[in-house]
Amino acid sequence: MRVLFKTDYNQDIKFAKHSGYVFWYGLLLAGVFLAPMALDTYWINELTRVLIYALAGLGLMVVTGFTGQVSLGHAAFMAIGAYTHAFLLTQGVPFFVSLPIAALTSGVVGLLIAIPASRMTGLYLTIASLAFAIVVEDVVIHWEGVTGGNRGMAVDPPMLFGYEIFEAWEYYYIVLVLLIMSIILVLNVLRSPLGRSMLAVRDSEISAESLGIRVARTKVLAFLISAALTGLAGGLFAHFIQFLSPETFGILLSIQLLLMIVVGGLGTVHGAIYGAVLIGFLEATISIMKDWLPPAIGNQPGLEPGLFGVILVLFIIFEPEGVYGRWLKFRTFLENFPFYRRNTFKRQRSYLKTERMR
Amino acid sequence: MSFFEIENLSLSFGGVKAVDGVNFAMEKGEVFTIVGPNGAGKSTIFNMISSFYAPDEGHIRFKGEDITEARADAIARIGIARTFQNIELFEHSTLLQNLLIGREIHNRVPVLRQLIFDPGVRRAELEHRRKVEDVIDFLELAHYRDERIANLPYGVRKKIELGRALCVEPELLLLDEPASGLNPEETEDMGFWIDDIKNDLGISVLMIEHDMSLVNEVSDRVLALNNGCVIAEGSAQEVQNHPDVVAAYLGGAA
Repeated sequence: MRVLFKTDYNQDIKFAKHSGYVFWYGLLLAGVFLAPMALDTYWINELTRVLIYALAGLGLMVVTGFTGQVSLGHAAFMAIGAYTHAFLLTQGVPFFVSLPIAALTSGVVGLLIAIPASRMTGLYLTIASLAFAIVVEDVVIHWEGVTGGNRGMAVDPPMLFGYEIFEAWEYYYIVLVLLIMSIILVLNVLRSPLGRSMLAVRDSEISAESLGIRVARTKVLAFLISAALTGLAGGLFAHFIQFLSPETFGILLSIQLLLMIVVGGLGTVHGAIYGAVLIGFLEATISIMKDWLPPAIGNQPGLEPGLFGVILVLFIIFEPEGVYGRWLKFRTFLENFPFYRRNTFKRQRSYLKTERMR
Repeated sequence: MSFFEIENLSLSFGGVKAVDGVNFAMEKGEVFTIVGPNGAGKSTIFNMISSFYAPDEGHIRFKGEDITEARADAIARIGIARTFQNIELFEHSTLLQNLLIGREIHNRVPVLRQLIFDPGVRRAELEHRRKVEDVIDFLELAHYRDERIANLPYGVRKKIELGRALCVEPELLLLDEPASGLNPEETEDMGFWIDDIKNDLGISVLMIEHDMSLVNEVSDRVLALNNGCVIAEGSAQEVQNHPDVVAAYLGGAA
C-alpha cells in the first residue's frame, strides 16, 4: 500500500499524483501509440471506433456524470457535429478548420438548448433532451439541401494539407491525439472552479446556490462543453462510417452513449473510457457471434438493443459504480491484502434529507 | 441602521402562517440566537434570508441594503454564508473539494482560462488552497482532508459544513442547529468555535439552536419564536424565564 507524503499543494493539482501514475499511464500511452503496428486494418478500425465512442462518452460524462443532468439526446449532438463537418467539407473548408467549427456549432446548439433546459431537473430534463434528439433527427431528414435527407450523404476521406488520409492507422492517430487533448481539457475543468461547481450542482443544488454558485450558468456551461466534445466525436465519426444517414444518430445511439458511461462508471473520466472499450468491443463481439449463433437467434431484430438493456440493468443492480468502481474496489482489496474488510465500500443511508426543498 | 435587520417578515404556505410579522435586528459582532419549538418558523426565516423562499411581506436588510429580492446565488457574494439543519455537503467529493467549492465567490478566473489551466489559474488555485488550509487548521480537520464525505461520521460532517461556510469568508454566518446530533463533548467544542468565529474572525453569527447549554454559552441575545410570531427577546436568561416561552415549550396558560 502506498502512502503519499505531501509536501506541496501542487501535488493535489498535478495529474500524476505519484510515480505509479507516470508508469502505468506511460505504459498505456505507449500501448495505444504502438497498437497500429501490431494490428490489422479490421482491429485498427475497431479501436478507432472505441476511441470515437470514448470521446462522445466523455462529452456525455461532463453533463451527466459530473453535473448530474441525465441526457438521452446526445446522439443529436453527434449528428450536428457530423453533418456540419461533412457539409463544410463539401464546401471546400479544410479538415482542421471544419472540425472545430463542427464542434463549436454543436456546442452552441447545446448552449441554446441548455438555457431553457437548465430550469428543468431530473426526469423532465431527460425527456426534454429526448425530444430534442427527435427534433434534430427530423431536421436532418427534411433539410435535404444540406444533409441529403433520407438519401444520406457520402463523406470523403479527410484531406490534410493536400494529403489524403486513406489508411486506417493514419486516421487512428488523428482520433487518438484529439481524444487525448479532450481528456486533458476535461481534467483541467475538473481541477478548476468550474469543475467543482459542476460536482456541487450534481450533489446539492441548494447548497451550491447558498455558496454563490450560479446553478443555471454552471449547467449551461456543462452543456456547452459536453455538446462540443460530443460534436467533435460526431465529426470524427462521419469519416469513420463514410456515409451519413439520419438513422445512424437515432435514439439507440443516445442510449448506447448513456449505457457506456453508466457501465464504465458515472462521474469519472476513466468511466467514459472503460465504457467505450466495453461497448465498442461488445458490438464487435456481437457481430462476430452472429455468424456462430443459430439464425433464429442471430438474426433476431433488436438483439443489440436487447443485450444493451440487459447489461445496463445488471450493472445498475450489481455494480452501480460501473467497471471503474469495481476496479477501485479490487485495487483496494489488493492494496490491503490480506486485511481487506468485506464491507469497506458498504454505505449506510443514515442521514435522511427530510427538509429538502424542490 | 442595524447591521442586519428583519422587518415585518411574513410567509404563508397555503393556510399556514409559517412566519407572521417577525421583526428583529442584530449588530455587527453579535451572536444572535433564535429559539422556539418545532414548526415555529425558524428555518423558514433562514430560507427567506437565503432567498430560497420569497417572503409574502416584509424586508430583509443587510448593512442597510435591501436583500429581500436578491437571487439565491447572490446572497453569498453579499457576505452571508450558511449551514443547513440536515447537512448539505457534496457527499461524493472529498473534504478538501468541499471547502474549495466554498471559495467559489472568490474565483475571478474566466472559464476559458480554466480549460487551459494556465499558470495564473494555478496561482489562484494555490491561493484558494491556502485559505482552505487556514480553515482546516482552525477547525482541526487536517486528519480528514482527503476523505470522501460519504465516509465520515456525522459530527465531522457538521464541522465540515461549518468550515465550508467559513471558506466563503462571510460577514454574517447563519447556523441552522449547529449542535443537533452532536454529543455533549462535540457540542462544547462547537461552542468554543462559535466564540472564536465571533472574536477571532470577527464574523457575526445568526443561529438557530435547541441545545440551551450552547445557547446560554455563546449567545449575546436570544429571540424566541412560536407559531411564526416573536414571543420574547433579550438575554438567554431573560428569554428562558419569560412566561410565554415556558408556556410555548411546556404548554399551559400563558
